[in-house]
Amino acid sequence: MALLQRRHVLPGFGPALGVTLMYLGLIVLIPLSAAFIKTFTLTWDAFWLTVTNPRVIASFKLSFGVSLLAAAINAVFGLLVAWVLVRYELPGKRVIDALVDLPFALPTAVAGIALTAVYSTKGVLGAPLAELGIKVAFTPLGVLMALIFIGLPFVVRTVQPVLEDMDRGYEEAAHSLGATPLQTFTRVIFPTVMPALITGFTLAFARALGEYGSVVFIAGNMPMVSEIVPLIIITKLEQFDYAGATAVAVVMLVFSFILLLLINFLQWWVRKRRAEEKA
Amino acid sequence: MHTSAVITTPVPITATRAKRSPVAWVPILLTGLALAYLALVLFLPMAVVFVEGLRKGLDFYLNALAEPDALAAMKLTLLAAAIAVPLNLVFGVCAAWAIAKFDFRGKALLITLIDLPFSVSPVISGLIYVLIFGKQGWFGEWLFDHDLKVIFAVPGIVLATIFVTFPFVARELIPLMQAQGRDEEEAAALLGASGWQTFWRVTLPSVKWGLLYGVILTNARAMGEFGAVSVVSGHIRGETNTLPLHIEILYNEYNFTASYACATVLVFLALLTLVAKVIVEARQHRAMNLAVAEAREVQGSKA
Repeated sequence: MALLQRRHVLPGFGPALGVTLMYLGLIVLIPLSAAFIKTFTLTWDAFWLTVTNPRVIASFKLSFGVSLLAAAINAVFGLLVAWVLVRYELPGKRVIDALVDLPFALPTAVAGIALTAVYSTKGVLGAPLAELGIKVAFTPLGVLMALIFIGLPFVVRTVQPVLEDMDRGYEEAAHSLGATPLQTFTRVIFPTVMPALITGFTLAFARALGEYGSVVFIAGNMPMVSEIVPLIIITKLEQFDYAGATAVAVVMLVFSFILLLLINFLQWWVRKRRAEEKA
Repeated sequence: MHTSAVITTPVPITATRAKRSPVAWVPILLTGLALAYLALVLFLPMAVVFVEGLRKGLDFYLNALAEPDALAAMKLTLLAAAIAVPLNLVFGVCAAWAIAKFDFRGKALLITLIDLPFSVSPVISGLIYVLIFGKQGWFGEWLFDHDLKVIFAVPGIVLATIFVTFPFVARELIPLMQAQGRDEEEAAALLGASGWQTFWRVTLPSVKWGLLYGVILTNARAMGEFGAVSVVSGHIRGETNTLPLHIEILYNEYNFTASYACATVLVFLALLTLVAKVIVEARQHRAMNLAVAEAREVQGSKA
């Protein structure tokens, strides 16, 4: 009892924590648990049949495959953008730096119709690509472009602070010891930014997996070809198949929770590495 | 630091330059590549929204925005944000106060749980409220009997908006208030300040910029949310359409120019959000530098 009643110098702990837990419970935890409780109304066989339906499996393959690819492309170019923003002087750098956050701030539906306009066969980039025989809008390639758009800031914003902290002395040392720029990059720079890069990659991947608004306009939503998992959930809801929609949603939620734990671990790792670098 | 200085000094400057010149094109190439990527991925789509929105001239553009359904959508968007933002603000401040100023068991778990809505697909964020308040949901029958509507009505839209913007204020405030420490508040409390006085006069002034940014982010996301709101809205024109849903309907009706015209409003909102971010970050930075300088002065005068 004495431990529980330990007195704090500052007031307000009880009410603050009380409001926090109540609001968290009412808005987030109870509603989320509804999804899990709903799936228990399904028998295991019915659940399994729903989530292994070929159309559902195809959507999982598409969502995972394209999200991974988009995150990988953003890992490469996000590192490049972060490097340029940290290391080089260029006119308008502050504006460019601020605009990197555009995908965070821009509503997803707007991003969706904007990308469709760019990549449709009449679009600025879509038309010349179509002449080369590459169709982007209304194909999985369109899904990829949307997921690249929304994932970019995650990689840039996790890598940027690590690059800013980096001691340039090591690079200069590597250089004067005769390392080529490529060697300096692979042996000195890359190992330092690697934890942050993996974190940014995972964040971009997790975001891409659940993304809906920016994808539905450009995807064409053809079953078995360009239909993402969130759209499967919407389609089932529109057919009033609540149990089916929830079954697919629960599979997604489990993946999201695993990714959330992984991201928490990665962020802890990055913080530890940065603290060690500074020490 | 010392080792690198020792190693670099014997190399004559001219030699270093000569050695570096073959790679002088690297920064130019990398900068060009990065800018090309940003232009292609970010800037071009944003510019296209304006081009498409103004395709049929300024009159058409203004009419698309002033049309009754568009105005109703804007009103509902503002209403949803006006409810979601203050609620999440109060929650964020409470959560940050409890987490940053006190020690308790399960704190790491609590922070993870607050982050949950970020990792849930927007579509699922809408679905969970359908499962509770929808016709086949937990309270479906009771609501129907009492002639109340949550799903396919305004309350559902507000709830979904609250869910997707839940973590923003807390996420901005927690690290700031943790970095701020507890010494100043504890000093205020020991000098006889009440809890509210301590919060308003000591805590709030040093985190106000972060708090403001959290509110701006919450607002931007609340006004722009699409997936979650789409599930609970029912898309009733003039009644349960938010601005992003109105854009979708116009688009699906092949009324492209009007759709892009309405989208420009949300692009402006996004750009304003980014401007606010730059300003707030600069202020926060200055406030922190000032605090550090003051702390040094105090230490200096003690010595």
